[in-house]
Amino acid sequence: MSTATEFIISALIVLGALFVLLGSVGLARLPDFFMRLHGPTKATTMGVGATLLASAIYFSVQDSEGVSLHELAPLFFLFITAPVTAHLLAKAALHRKSSGRSSGQPAPASEHPPGQH
Amino acid sequence: MMRALLPMPRVSLMVFVLWAVITNAASLGLLVLGALLAIVIPLLSRDFWPDPPPLLHPWRGLRFLGLFALDIVTANWRVARQIVGPLHRLSPAFVEVPLDLRDPFIATLLGSVVSLTPGTVSIHVDQQRWVLLVHALDAPDPQALIGEIKERYERALKEIFAC
Repeated sequence: MSTATEFIISALIVLGALFVLLGSVGLARLPDFFMRLHGPTKATTMGVGATLLASAIYFSVQDSEGVSLHELAPLFFLFITAPVTAHLLAKAALHRKSSGRSSGQPAPASEHPPGQH
Repeated sequence: MMRALLPMPRVSLMVFVLWAVITNAASLGLLVLGALLAIVIPLLSRDFWPDPPPLLHPWRGLRFLGLFALDIVTANWRVARQIVGPLHRLSPAFVEVPLDLRDPFIATLLGSVVSLTPGTVSIHVDQQRWVLLVHALDAPDPQALIGEIKERYERALKEIFAC
């Protein structure tokens, strides 16, 4: 493995870790529930994305068996499931009438007839 | 015959590619097993899938994925600065984005795209009024956000899928 690849891989790992940390800092610092929802989206997209990219490069370069692509699978599943989590959390918060300083908060979803989502 | 074996060719293709990616396509035996799974899984789960509109422009879809990845990176930097910076300057807001598309599957896709781009989370898709309810971490100008979501994502998705 050349020094350049090692450098790229370590930079990606540090970048990924930094964004996971920033996501957690956001979760702790932001004042209300709806604003806090924005922290974890960063951790899942950039944080996990950069870390998995580093892993893919490392195992592609190290093994002579060819490119390593199975890191794409967790990324794919995470990108499908993360919005669902955020969506359910936000809906639950709307339902419980969590308030914050966001402008234009709509009425709780319970006013919609059941079964219509 | 083909239709009975592969009722949903796109789902089959997805299962096969995912299987190849997970196993690193290490041997021919694994690929054959993947092909078997690509036939069996869609047959078993056929009743649970929504009926997505036809994929008109797959290449434009790939370009959209690239744009989306780029947007994730730039939005991440912006939100990272907002989180570390002074919080009282943020103006969080709920924004109702009126939709032009009329397909539940594509609306869900648009909602996911909006959620994955940092700074915005989609909360509700109203299928009576066709409105996407979005929460933004910092939206001093809601109209600009609505325009951005419609211009960048909704129009592209409408072009890629026929709806």
